[in-house]
Amino acid sequence: MLKTLRQIASVGIVTEPPPRADASLRVREGLQEHLRAVLGRALCIRHIDAGSCNGCELEIHALSNPIYNLEGLGIRFVASPRHADLLLVTGPVSKHMAIALRRTYEATPDPKLVVALGDCGCTGGIFGESYASCGRVSNVIPVDVTIPGCPPTPTRILEGILAAIAR
Amino acid sequence: MALRSWISRAAVLSGAPGLRALDVSREEWQRISQDFAAAGGRLLAIWGSGAQYPDSVICAAYLADQAGLLVTLALPDPDTPFPGLEGDFPAAARMQRAVADLSGLHCSDSDTRPWLRHSAWPPNYLPLRDLPPPGPTLEPVIDSYKFVRVEGEGVHEIPVGPIHAGTIEPGHFRFSVVGEKVLRLEERLGYAHKGIEQRFTQLPILEGHRLAARVSGDSAVAFSWAYCQALEGMAGTSLPPRAAWLRALGLELERVANHLGDLGALGNDAGFALGLAQFSRLKEYLLRATHEAFGSRYLLDLVVPGGTSRDLSADGARGLANCLQLLLPEVSRLRTIYDEHEGVRDRFTGAGAVTPELAVRLGLTGLAGRASAQAFDLRIDLPCEPYPALAPAICGRSEGDVAARVAIRFDELAESCRLIYQLLGILPPGPHRATVCVPAEGSIGAGLIEGWRGPVMVVLEAGPDGTIHRCHPHDPSWQNWPVIEHAIIGNIVPDFPLINKSFNLSYSGHDL
Repeated sequence: MLKTLRQIASVGIVTEPPPRADASLRVREGLQEHLRAVLGRALCIRHIDAGSCNGCELEIHALSNPIYNLEGLGIRFVASPRHADLLLVTGPVSKHMAIALRRTYEATPDPKLVVALGDCGCTGGIFGESYASCGRVSNVIPVDVTIPGCPPTPTRILEGILAAIAR
Repeated sequence: MALRSWISRAAVLSGAPGLRALDVSREEWQRISQDFAAAGGRLLAIWGSGAQYPDSVICAAYLADQAGLLVTLALPDPDTPFPGLEGDFPAAARMQRAVADLSGLHCSDSDTRPWLRHSAWPPNYLPLRDLPPPGPTLEPVIDSYKFVRVEGEGVHEIPVGPIHAGTIEPGHFRFSVVGEKVLRLEERLGYAHKGIEQRFTQLPILEGHRLAARVSGDSAVAFSWAYCQALEGMAGTSLPPRAAWLRALGLELERVANHLGDLGALGNDAGFALGLAQFSRLKEYLLRATHEAFGSRYLLDLVVPGGTSRDLSADGARGLANCLQLLLPEVSRLRTIYDEHEGVRDRFTGAGAVTPELAVRLGLTGLAGRASAQAFDLRIDLPCEPYPALAPAICGRSEGDVAARVAIRFDELAESCRLIYQLLGILPPGPHRATVCVPAEGSIGAGLIEGWRGPVMVVLEAGPDGTIHRCHPHDPSWQNWPVIEHAIIGNIVPDFPLINKSFNLSYSGHDL
């Protein structure tokens, strides 16, 4: 116990200030103003891996480390789409995940936002469209913000999420 | 002895050192499998090639005795089933079902359920034989899959997935439980199938490494290195020493980063959030040093044909060394905290145990295998440059539980840091990239790299004019997914996330 406390005390607080929203990542306007009033400062995100290579997931995990400290900004990941304000979707959408993704979208209460994350989510990436891949996320559900990168850095992801909620 | 005679009959194969290839008859196909199983050899992969070529072929790769053997069986009549190998190697079953889904080649196994194909394409469309279909493909529908039902008083089923409650890849788990105790788990994978093997055939052979790096993004260096190793062998490229050293540096950084991430997540899954906070902080420092050194946090585009896309500057090397210097004492402090924390110890010890006997029977491989006394590591058994000079030590445990898989990660993390120091110290001067010419049509090569999860293989066959005729990437998760179904038996459902994480297998690398 003493070692644990000593570790906590010796590291201290390492959180860095967040980046600013990057409005250029928005691909659909109009919803944000309304949402801003509803959401206030808290935001609940449901992440969906719709067929990614697991690269983007590594950087989504990094958002929760003490340095980016997503929860410190009032933003947290939730386990159910019914609790979510925003869906963060990675991957080219595999054909086998298309139904699950659509159902998750429908299960998310309005008003809701969708952020497509990574080159594959934005354009289909190197996998493109095929017998097994629907390609970009917007081929399956409406998308508000796209964050390109392979994978995008945590800072870039934050800029996109903040742009989605127009903070 | 039997193995020696098979291996001495086989021709040397381009790519990874110690690999040989042999064309076999149906009878030899079965005998080789039996001989390898009897002599403690391991099945690495099974894959097929469809009928657009002179013949359909089914291939298998084995490892034993510091040697690898690729066998090819021609199937002049693709409608006659080939002999299944699931009796000798249980892990063969799912690979054979995937071959049927993608290439239409069926085997003698009685389990004929599709594996990678759900409902996205019709059974008569064969992605590795037919050209991309013209016009719109099928609209996905929910399909039915025959899970094995467990019956008895008080037994109920818990279906989980494909979307899980956290940031995890998609897959479905069907638990049959009494109370909290798991009687049976059946996995259903294939949700992340995005047509990687067909996509390879549409790329120029000199650009396939980019797709290889994205087979499983957490093992990008391992897969792209294996791809380039095959390609360079086929093209007769001699790799500059500096390039091999830089690739090894990338591979060990990838191992350390993943182990740091897993150690944090495992603490968290045992209810010890401090572990996640501390290890994810350390991982971030390493990713930043990697970014300083190579221009990106994850090395998805470091390994390219002929070498590496970037060189390492003296500043970058110093940054990496400084980062390790900061990291190592912290990791060892945290190891003591994990070891002494009663709650953590209680959750780790005995959970999800795989005995060495079961590990041998099921072919458990890689990191998880080494935690169950399967002391194999390609960096030692079949080392490519620069590993012979580095002399990595093998890490091993025999308890086979979550605690053992955690201990292996701690040990390997320390060993990889030692290797990184060594690599930084003796980085040879000279170019970091050589020119690679297009390999001749029909040439075949294979790459074998010990990724952080286990042995990664890429088999490559050149088509005409710089195209790819066939490329099969193999992730060790194929071997280890079925073992989780056994590791969970008798454990309670709430321990599943912890046990699953302790293996941390790839969905994307398996689903392709």
